[in-house]
Amino acid sequence: MDLALFYYLLLGFAVLMYVVLDGFDLGLGILYPWFKSEGERDHMMRSISHVWDGNETWLVFGGVVLFAAFPAAYAGILSTMYTPIMLMLIGLIFRGVAFEYRFKSERSKPLWDSAFFLGSSVATFCQGTILGAVVQGVKVGEQGALDWLSPFSVFTGLALMVAYALLACCYLVMKSRGDIMARAAHLGRKLVVTLMVILAIVSLWTLIANTEVRARWLDGINFVYLMPLPILSALFGWLLYRDLDGQPHETRPFWLAVGLFVLGFAGLVVGLFPYLIPHQLTFWQASAPDSSLKFLLPGIFIFLPLIFAYTLWGYRIFSGKVEDFEEGY
Amino acid sequence: MDLDAAMLSRIQFAFTISFHIIFPAITIGLATAIAIWEGMWLKTRNPVYFQLAKFWIKPFAITFGMGVVSGIVLSYEFGTNFSKFSELVGPVLGPLLAYEVLTAFFLEAGFLGIMLFGWQRVGEKLHYFATCVVAFGTWVSSFWIIAANSWMHTPAGHKIVEGRFEVESWMEVIFNPSMPYRLVHMLLAAMLTATFLIGGVSAWYLRKNRDVAFARKGLSMALWAALVLAPLQVIVGDFHGLNVKEHQPIKVAAMEGIWPETETGAPLLLFAIPDMENETNHFEVKVPKVASLILTHSLDGEIQGLKSVPPEDRPYVPLIFFSFRIMVGLGMLMVAAAVWGLWLRRKHPQFESKPFLLLMNLMIPTGVICTLAGWYVAEVGRQPWVVHGLVRTMDIVTPLPAERVLFSLTLFVVTYSTLLLVYLYFMAKLVRKGPPDLARLEQHMLDVNAPSFALEWVKKLQREVVED
Repeated sequence: MDLALFYYLLLGFAVLMYVVLDGFDLGLGILYPWFKSEGERDHMMRSISHVWDGNETWLVFGGVVLFAAFPAAYAGILSTMYTPIMLMLIGLIFRGVAFEYRFKSERSKPLWDSAFFLGSSVATFCQGTILGAVVQGVKVGEQGALDWLSPFSVFTGLALMVAYALLACCYLVMKSRGDIMARAAHLGRKLVVTLMVILAIVSLWTLIANTEVRARWLDGINFVYLMPLPILSALFGWLLYRDLDGQPHETRPFWLAVGLFVLGFAGLVVGLFPYLIPHQLTFWQASAPDSSLKFLLPGIFIFLPLIFAYTLWGYRIFSGKVEDFEEGY
Repeated sequence: MDLDAAMLSRIQFAFTISFHIIFPAITIGLATAIAIWEGMWLKTRNPVYFQLAKFWIKPFAITFGMGVVSGIVLSYEFGTNFSKFSELVGPVLGPLLAYEVLTAFFLEAGFLGIMLFGWQRVGEKLHYFATCVVAFGTWVSSFWIIAANSWMHTPAGHKIVEGRFEVESWMEVIFNPSMPYRLVHMLLAAMLTATFLIGGVSAWYLRKNRDVAFARKGLSMALWAALVLAPLQVIVGDFHGLNVKEHQPIKVAAMEGIWPETETGAPLLLFAIPDMENETNHFEVKVPKVASLILTHSLDGEIQGLKSVPPEDRPYVPLIFFSFRIMVGLGMLMVAAAVWGLWLRRKHPQFESKPFLLLMNLMIPTGVICTLAGWYVAEVGRQPWVVHGLVRTMDIVTPLPAERVLFSLTLFVVTYSTLLLVYLYFMAKLVRKGPPDLARLEQHMLDVNAPSFALEWVKKLQREVVED
């Protein structure tokens, strides 16, 4: 396998890991308005305060893989998406410090609640917008102030907020009991329906707007090979809707939601391959010299499995419901 | 100064990195100190060590959080504001940063949750392991960052093929000529920063006459650390200076304010106001021949001056000149404080000297100030190059409209100023609240079936508290 392809897959993997992991903790922030009491909000934040930092590390990892393996794409995408990236960073800053300060404050607690909600929402919206703008094919290097902002990218921004919120509902079902759990499940059902509609719209919109994606999906036999993706997505959505009803299953909804993310992401990659920036830059064109790609390989093969092992271990230590008596540090 | 997009991007980067560096400078040392205390607690069961670890873990956590959120910004800023730099040197610096994430970031983040929230979920040995891993992670992280940064000062191990950088030897890239000096200098700076933070806060408790046993232990340990680290830093700084003189002589000329093409027996300027336009200094206060002595270890040694290169190849002298003096001055103050502490120990083991406690108290921010000043000397001193001798800073800035950078810069200034105030407020709040009380520690001792001598320790300390 050629090295550039390996790094393209690694990059995709890092992005997927980020979206799933930071997805549920950003989603909890987006859900804050639906959980108003201080106790509920404490509980939600406590359920993620030990993992959010590790989750966000995947964003940094994705960034440095892009920087190290595809410097041209890193330079092109980031400089073109200047404004949404800056807004995303500011959002991430506010929500990140909210974890530390919320539990140590009394009077200013509502302020940190809004920092957490707004920060999470802005960061998510910007991520969705960046994704939408890239898929749509914003001309890299052109510097119109609002090139990244289009009806499509705004829609994908909102879509990602719905998707993260759904993931967070499923996570909450897993991590809570009683009233919070019931409310999360109830909200989750509404969000599944919304997300399925959104997925359909985004898929059709992409097919109409992006000729290359259309060619990839609809030309000849491809259509048949690719049909499992939308069919499985619909199936997962339906199972998720069913699981969140009445006495919800505790862990299955979360994994179904993760499955939806994987399918959606696979659909996207299938449409765009081998482009990093549609119509403009393939991953082969953007790749760094072999000396750089080779140097990083052992690190990836040694450390990624290790990272998996201790991350899993960490999740296991904190597995189960968030207990009410648990103190901080 | 022209406030175009290039200048604004540079200001933004300088601003965001200056803000960021404050927090790792504190957490590297603090994580190490916490690991030491937790280990001492496991070994001796002296509850004061446990109090120290339990107390300092809170300031550590908020500092670490600030470091994380401000660090993410930096990993994206190369691409947003310096896109040509990213394209050009991404193949060299990218893998180093990727290794940092793989070997340090994930490690710290993975074990931080256990260190902070795992007290009731894992046994004390496993908890101690997590603490040690976090401390180790901060060191590994510094290693990669300093390697990448040093390469920009003393590039090695690369070749340029069709206008872009390719690496010939990764060993030479990582262990480039200035890397070992810079790494040791930076790690010592971080240790000293934490040392004077711990010492200063402890001194504050002693001045207020509260939590005395806890504060005495903290101050005493900080002073022993300072006694070793501060003089060591002076020596390492000297070696680092010689290395800079070899590879970046113009930076040294700016640090010392030396204008002639070369100067033998150069004086040490205690004070001066460098004037770049007229290529001279005003109001010089100097000690003859000492600069030559320090830099060449000979009274008549020759030092290359600023005029040996054309004006466009010179950095902005006054900033380097003054930052250098601030760093060295405060470093000497650290040595003096450590020696004073040692002298006090003989007569007053309880550190009862009020002026001394006040000085230690006031010196809390010196580590951070020194680190920032040193950073400016190094980074501003490299200008106008971003990769010394190879790539000019002005050539690699993203051609963005100025108003867009101004917008983001404003956002960062507002956000970071707010955050800094909040951070200081909460740090002060944690310090005022003080360490966890001994009654709770006693309960903890009973919970973990601590050996009987440990309970005796607590009882003895509680009696002391009542007497105080």
